[in-house]
Amino acid sequence: MPIDFFFKDIVEESRLVRRRVICSTLLILLLMLLVIARLVHLQVIDHEHFITLSQNNRVKILPIPPIRGLIYSRDGVLLADNQPAFSLEIIPEQADNLDELIRRLSRIVSVQDEDIARFRRLLNEKRRFESVPLRFNLSEYEVARFAVDRHLFPGVEVIARPYRRYPLRADTSHVVGYVGRIDENDMERLDKSNYAGTIHVGKFGAERAYEKLLHGRVGHQQVEVNAQGRIIRVLERTPPEPGKNIHLTLDVSLQKVAVEALQDKRGAIIAIDPNNGEVLALVSSPGYDPNPFVNGIDAGTYRALLASSDTPLINRVLQGKYPPGSTIKPFLGVAALAYGVRGSDETIWCPGWYSLKGGEHRYRDWKKHGHGYMNLTHAIMESCDVYYYSLAHELGIKRIHEALSDFGFGRKTGIDISGELPGLVPSSEWKRKVYNQPWFPGETVIAGIGQGSILVTPIQLVTATASLANHGKVVSPHLAHEARNPITGEVTVLENNNFRRMALYEPAYWKIVTGAMVDVVHSDRGTARRSGLGTPYRIAGKTGTAQLFGIAQDEEYKAGDVPEELQDHALFIAYAPADTPKIAVAIIVENGGSGSKTAAPIARRLFDHYLLNNRTNAG
Amino acid sequence: MEEKTIAGRLHVDVSLLFGLVVLCGIGLVVLYSAGGQNLQIVLRQSIHMVIALVVMIAIAQVPPAQLERWSLWIYFAGLLLLVTVLVTGYTGKGAQRWLDLGLFRFQPSEFMKLALPMGLAWLLAGRTLPPATGRIFVSCFMIILPVVLIARQPDLGTALLVAIAGFFVLFVAGVSWRLMGAMTAIIMASAPVLWHFLHDYQRRRIVTFLNPELDPLGAGYHTIQSKIAIGSGGLYGKGWLNGTQSHLDFLPERSTDFIFAVFCEEFGLMGVLLLMAVYLFVIFRGLTIAVSVRQLYGKLLASGLILTFFACIFVNMGMVTGQLPVVGVPLPLISIGGTSLVTLMAAFGVLMSINTHRRMLSE
Repeated sequence: MPIDFFFKDIVEESRLVRRRVICSTLLILLLMLLVIARLVHLQVIDHEHFITLSQNNRVKILPIPPIRGLIYSRDGVLLADNQPAFSLEIIPEQADNLDELIRRLSRIVSVQDEDIARFRRLLNEKRRFESVPLRFNLSEYEVARFAVDRHLFPGVEVIARPYRRYPLRADTSHVVGYVGRIDENDMERLDKSNYAGTIHVGKFGAERAYEKLLHGRVGHQQVEVNAQGRIIRVLERTPPEPGKNIHLTLDVSLQKVAVEALQDKRGAIIAIDPNNGEVLALVSSPGYDPNPFVNGIDAGTYRALLASSDTPLINRVLQGKYPPGSTIKPFLGVAALAYGVRGSDETIWCPGWYSLKGGEHRYRDWKKHGHGYMNLTHAIMESCDVYYYSLAHELGIKRIHEALSDFGFGRKTGIDISGELPGLVPSSEWKRKVYNQPWFPGETVIAGIGQGSILVTPIQLVTATASLANHGKVVSPHLAHEARNPITGEVTVLENNNFRRMALYEPAYWKIVTGAMVDVVHSDRGTARRSGLGTPYRIAGKTGTAQLFGIAQDEEYKAGDVPEELQDHALFIAYAPADTPKIAVAIIVENGGSGSKTAAPIARRLFDHYLLNNRTNAG
Repeated sequence: MEEKTIAGRLHVDVSLLFGLVVLCGIGLVVLYSAGGQNLQIVLRQSIHMVIALVVMIAIAQVPPAQLERWSLWIYFAGLLLLVTVLVTGYTGKGAQRWLDLGLFRFQPSEFMKLALPMGLAWLLAGRTLPPATGRIFVSCFMIILPVVLIARQPDLGTALLVAIAGFFVLFVAGVSWRLMGAMTAIIMASAPVLWHFLHDYQRRRIVTFLNPELDPLGAGYHTIQSKIAIGSGGLYGKGWLNGTQSHLDFLPERSTDFIFAVFCEEFGLMGVLLLMAVYLFVIFRGLTIAVSVRQLYGKLLASGLILTFFACIFVNMGMVTGQLPVVGVPLPLISIGGTSLVTLMAAFGVLMSINTHRRMLSE
């Protein structure tokens, strides 16, 4: 065992440490005495001085939330309003026994279990002297009943606050959206000081898109409070800057016609002014009542809305992805002319089916025995599938992709409310990337009639239809018209009147295709001829019927054999008047059957209403 | 062989445990008032306390000889954590102090208050006392390294306390008065150089400490409001839950660093004297342990830890009463905060281990 080469004198070392610990003890006592001396100085000698200071220490700075701007339609109808509503609030500090208090209150006003649960939640977040709401939206009857017994409830108050109301309810739900209570996610994107004191923030639709303008700027007041924190008087006040009123391009009378047309149906209607992209009507059916969302919708109602197979919370105009069916034909017609794949008078024989060279599969026409000889005009007018099968095959998927992308399919239109989906224009690159499979020629063939993997949204359809009406000018659809300062009346223009020109197309091609679209409605062989009877103006349109259900080669589609949710979607795109376009529409009725029977008559009603000075069509 | 009590079996020092539990109890009572009577905050803090007590008892089971063997590694682990927090740490209130461990967030600088005394006690107990110059030199290096890392976060208060912790171990180990004096003088002399490395807000705190009335709504606000709270409390205080300063939002950081002001306002001078008595009871019990154990490592570590505990109390009270600059040091066992609580209790676990295992050896 190695010998320690240093000598440890344990006793001496212990003494050394002990001496040092005793020194430390003295130091500790000394320093503690120093702190005590200081406390005696503060708490005994200068006590009176500090008591006075604490008494005077009562100036607080409180935020004053601005009043939210209103939302109007272009025809001056109020779409979002602030209405004072009464809430029943309790100051916890002044109530002895909360459970007992709530029990007694529930004999006077209705208090549900949800109300109590929400109250408990808010109680934890607030300070003891801040009032906590128990009930929102008291009826006048309830306010009166409480007023009579008020003296029995110290610490309970009825408070009037402005709350957001949406007078048109479900009719404009997908346009205006709604505000809701600010949650943690909102807090991250908002300017905290500007939202001090604000309870609500725009969650969807125009309420969200124009939140900045609608909200305004917060004001402040310096107040003197008493020892319980109640305001005694206001010392200084910086008034808030109210939010601006937003005027939309929406035409409420047209909107109502559209809502009525889709009553009890699933579907979407979008109408825009093709000249500048102003949205005139935007309906996604069914809608929902946005009012319950303002103060927190109850879980049961919300679950029902979410679970409904009619998906009322989805904005179909922006988020509904549909196969375009035959409505794709005018766009591909322009492309075929532009790429020189078809001459305007070139004819194709339609025997009722088409097959690729060497292929077994027969692609069938909707007309069993065929259309006979067809040129482009006839093919659009009668919606000949065989003509378009061969047209698509000759164009090839690359040029189809190019042309449809130029019309704006497959990407967002940039409408000023959020949630828009891009849809899908397939290409061989896309298929390789997503499915790791090659592109098959058969897929190109069915793309010619808007089937297969291609998906479009109604807002894309209407924008592309406007591009047809404009002969290649692509507008940006938008809802906002202008913002007005409610005090000064100062107007800020919000219109997005930007447009772009499409790449390839020459004026002559547009005339052929749009001429054929007029024939769809006004020629006696057109698919939508019944909707064009007796109009003083001319409509250019195209019907579409999108198949959701694959049927075998030798079977025939019969509506009655197929469950409702798999029946065809009815589509119609149109604009009018054909020579000086003022309105373009895209209409989709889900599982509505054929475009000519279900969707086209709706367009006629909209056009009659909008163009004939709001005189409704009898037919 | 004497009969073993439950406390003896668990290696728990009953009087120390008693003092700690009383302090925790006081802490919860004050926290309920300071946190705006929010039971959830109190509940979370009591869960932290239970965890901390479990950690303490667990550490008390480890014999001091084992702790001594691990000391250097614990010190290195602490350093590694400090480097990690500088590289990847979670930023809270403008400073990088936290490590996110998924389940909870952890402040490595707090851990260093325990790891540094352990490392130093290991180094100094290995040879004769008072230590030779070479060992003092190594010790200083061991102190400066973590202090600089913590100051970089920046967390001046904890850096200061870690430095004090190291300084105390050296002091107890018997470094000559002359050398201690010289070191203090060097630190004083280098103050202007250190000033250069301080952040703006740290400089402002020192300036406002010297004259808080310069900036009553900005940096001096903390000190002025806390002095008003303490002074208006008087001899007997305004009563529990009745502190107007703290309840009307005038007093900032009232659940954390400034909780002592809430205590002073609501319980007055009498309450403070009682609180100090409990603190002193715990400190003296700790020092008694330090003096009475045989192993040098235990002596140095026990006294280093207990003196650091005192330093935390003194710096916090000095800061809240306006005698020291606002450096952000919590009041031990009373201020809200999990890491600080667990580290403190771990330190007391070490003390209990040093104290209780000694008896078994001597038998």
